[in-house]
Amino acid sequence: MSDTTTSSVATRVGDSVQRVDDTAKLTGGAMYASDLVFAGMLHAQVKKSPHARAKIVAINTSKAENLPGVHAVLTGKELNYRIGLYVADKDILAKDAVRHFGEAVAAVAAESLDIASRAVDLIDVEYEVLPPVLSQMDALDESSPLVHPDLGSYDYVKASFSPQPGTNIPNITKIRKGDIDAGFAEAKWIIEREYTNPSVQHVPLETHVAIVEWKAGDEVTIWSSAQSPFTLRDLFCRAFKLPHNKVRVVIPHVGGAFGGKAGIHLEPLLACLSRKAGGRPVKFQATREEEFSLLPCRSALTYRIKTGVDADGRITAQKLLMYWDSGAYADYAVNVTRASAYSAGGPYDIPNAWVDAYTIYTNKPWGTAYRGFGHVEFFWGLERHMELVAQVIGMDPLEFRKKNLLKPGSTTLTGERINEHTGNPLKCLEAAAKAINYGRLTPEEEERQARTGRRIGKGIATLHKAPAMPSFTTTAAVIKMNSDGSVVVNIALTEIGQGTATVVAQMAADRLRFPVSLVKVAVERDTDKDPFDWQTVASKGLLLTGNAVIAACDDLLRQAYSDAAQVLRAQTADLDHDAERIFIMQRPEESVTFAALSIGYVYPNGNGIGGPLIGLGRYTAQGLTSLDKETGQGLPALDWTYGAHGVIAEVDPETGEYKVIKIASAFDVGKVINPGTMRGQCIGGMIQGLGTAQCESYIYDGHGHLLNPSLTDNKILTSKDLPEEIECIAVETPQLDGPFGARGVGEHPMISVAPALANAIHDATGAELTHMPVRFEDVWRAIHNKQPIDTWVTKAPAV
Amino acid sequence: MWMSVEVNGHIYEREVTEHWTLLRFLREDLELTGTKDGCSAGECGDCTVMLNGEAVNACMVLAAEADGATVETIEAEAAKGELSEIQAAFARNYAVQCGYCTAGMVMSVRELLRHNPKPTVAEIKEGIEGNLCRCTGYQQIIEAVLDVSGQITNETRGGLKYV
Repeated sequence: MSDTTTSSVATRVGDSVQRVDDTAKLTGGAMYASDLVFAGMLHAQVKKSPHARAKIVAINTSKAENLPGVHAVLTGKELNYRIGLYVADKDILAKDAVRHFGEAVAAVAAESLDIASRAVDLIDVEYEVLPPVLSQMDALDESSPLVHPDLGSYDYVKASFSPQPGTNIPNITKIRKGDIDAGFAEAKWIIEREYTNPSVQHVPLETHVAIVEWKAGDEVTIWSSAQSPFTLRDLFCRAFKLPHNKVRVVIPHVGGAFGGKAGIHLEPLLACLSRKAGGRPVKFQATREEEFSLLPCRSALTYRIKTGVDADGRITAQKLLMYWDSGAYADYAVNVTRASAYSAGGPYDIPNAWVDAYTIYTNKPWGTAYRGFGHVEFFWGLERHMELVAQVIGMDPLEFRKKNLLKPGSTTLTGERINEHTGNPLKCLEAAAKAINYGRLTPEEEERQARTGRRIGKGIATLHKAPAMPSFTTTAAVIKMNSDGSVVVNIALTEIGQGTATVVAQMAADRLRFPVSLVKVAVERDTDKDPFDWQTVASKGLLLTGNAVIAACDDLLRQAYSDAAQVLRAQTADLDHDAERIFIMQRPEESVTFAALSIGYVYPNGNGIGGPLIGLGRYTAQGLTSLDKETGQGLPALDWTYGAHGVIAEVDPETGEYKVIKIASAFDVGKVINPGTMRGQCIGGMIQGLGTAQCESYIYDGHGHLLNPSLTDNKILTSKDLPEEIECIAVETPQLDGPFGARGVGEHPMISVAPALANAIHDATGAELTHMPVRFEDVWRAIHNKQPIDTWVTKAPAV
Repeated sequence: MWMSVEVNGHIYEREVTEHWTLLRFLREDLELTGTKDGCSAGECGDCTVMLNGEAVNACMVLAAEADGATVETIEAEAAKGELSEIQAAFARNYAVQCGYCTAGMVMSVRELLRHNPKPTVAEIKEGIEGNLCRCTGYQQIIEAVLDVSGQITNETRGGLKYV
């Protein structure tokens, strides 16, 4: 086959192709796990702890067991399994102690939801309530109660994590680059400050839901809203010591996930209920309230940043201390800690760096992956800090950032050398700044300010992120030709709204030189039928799966060319193809159709040759390494996607009320595969980022009770909360190992929206905001409670 | 109680559990699962359906209240398998991502356009305010409504900018 032949088939990559899944979703025909019903299906309900920390003295389930229609009742006592992604620290049901408000202590499977609810009410639990540890900073104290006294006995992934037995610390990640003391000695200014943000909820519109059937002979089938079918299967099999070929995971349409549905959640509990109920399928869907505390959230963070800057405004040293609140279980929080640590300085050239990142247990619902994987949280502090440092040294914040940006030849915190193909953070920053007319007010804005009495401010912020994944992350794609010449692509990367099915169809169509209409990406994911994929997380899907799809297309074409060469009595080198047929280049009239080759070619006399055309493609992240545990040096990044936001905000200086007039964001995606889906994913992330910036937060009382587990009390943005103007900008610096030059942008739109907003409010009013979310009252407080700037400066040039 | 209700042009006669909501009745009794349940508390708008021609949150209405009523759900929106104009505009403008809010969103847009065939952006935002969407950031849904109401051309269509 020839890669250089020009084809009449239009390139499908880069076009605004309509989403391949929209008709099913627009007509109500798309089936989600929450829509599935099976014969004999039972419904589960869960008894939850009303306490943040308590001993379980006794559980009486006899009344529930005697309720007609109840088929299984479970408590932690009869379940001896440990679950955990990186640290196996979680029981399926709390055994002797509860560690957070809302934790599952007992469960019921019954013939209807109503019976199951009544049965759960009939379970009596006697607790001895204990004082909880609610702040991660308190949990570091030697006198703090231990959330996991048995931490030292837990299994964990030793290559990446470092639990500290006898403490509340399931992981510390360290990064050491250059000479931190020399860097600070060289600095003319040293500025040190602390930034905080609380836990938040992912709020997928479809709450977590699963149906599990554990039949005789240990035949287990799981239908779930999970993001990551193979990781779910792996964790499930490890917990129950089952062979992988006994457990099948099926993922239908998923109603939003955002990281909250990665890993494993309710499936083990439902499996145990099914087994106890004689193998009947058992379904559970979390209520909106349960979504907040029976299921995980995003970790809170306290970020302490100390920065040294020389006379020219160059950063000479940075000490970065991260205190991550993992809540009651380590889950993804230990890896959020690790990924944030090696990314902690942002897209800046920092010659001397020291990072200590702690994951810390507390008695609160546990933290998991959430879009951005730590970067939304730490970029809040980092990009506020850059603003405040610029203010201290008297340099324009944009100039200060530009001066310190990574450029070809710079090295990251882990020692990776950046080159001109890595991406262009400067172009992103300049595009975002230009889109908001940074640094000045337009005549219209001047007029608006005069008319309203409100102050208009402008802020920018940068971002970067690499996929947080094992160094050897791998995936595969299978492409099968149907007998009419159309194809079906099988992958285990899930479609959770991000548009994977559409861009995979485009990339396959482009590589095959077929119209997109000939390519179907199978809707369900099924671990018995689909080839392996690690997880649908980390913004790695486009690059890894895209490369696997390209390889699968090439494999299929190789087979087709080989069979066609025989049919046409030609060498494969002489062949070319279009969307319908393979032909001899010199004599295109001599050809054979893909349809005729698709399931084996048949000669006029009835002889058959060849066979079904099935292409297999595999792709493994190239050349990545584990990080050294003491220095953090190594190559963790598949790719870096850079970006920047510009925000224009209008603030009432009297009341602190504000409004976002405009957000403009630029991302270096390498190559836009589909402008429509990319823009949608970006705007969705930018608005989710504004939600986290403006209002979203878990609120606890002093006993660790969650006070706002609803969409009324934990608001997400509505259509009425949108900025007046939203602009999304693509930068295309091709990624050398990216499919068509592309790199992922799933998480990035959400990162650094909050500091861009706060920087704009700061510009308008001088409010020195250090806590996210930025509510109106926080702005008011910051305006009226300004601290002298030298509070934060520990070294400054003599005046 | 025994009830009779017309849903998407079909008459259903059923014994209905008194405390069941219209949402549970539609999803569990009639197996019309296109209408989604996002909160069961009237907060998210996922379950928006037409009850006697007016958009309601089906989780906030008892099934019994629909006795003798006419109900329309997303399953009736694409007549004879062809996407309605609203649905086609959603598809054209990438107004769908995970799809879980889509049914309710389409219903609310239909309600809005029935009262106001050429809504302004502010009116569109007001019209879909009760429908939460966590994926799209609403922008492309707003553009879809401008499109279907004839207020957008290929020149004014929102787009990705390249630098």
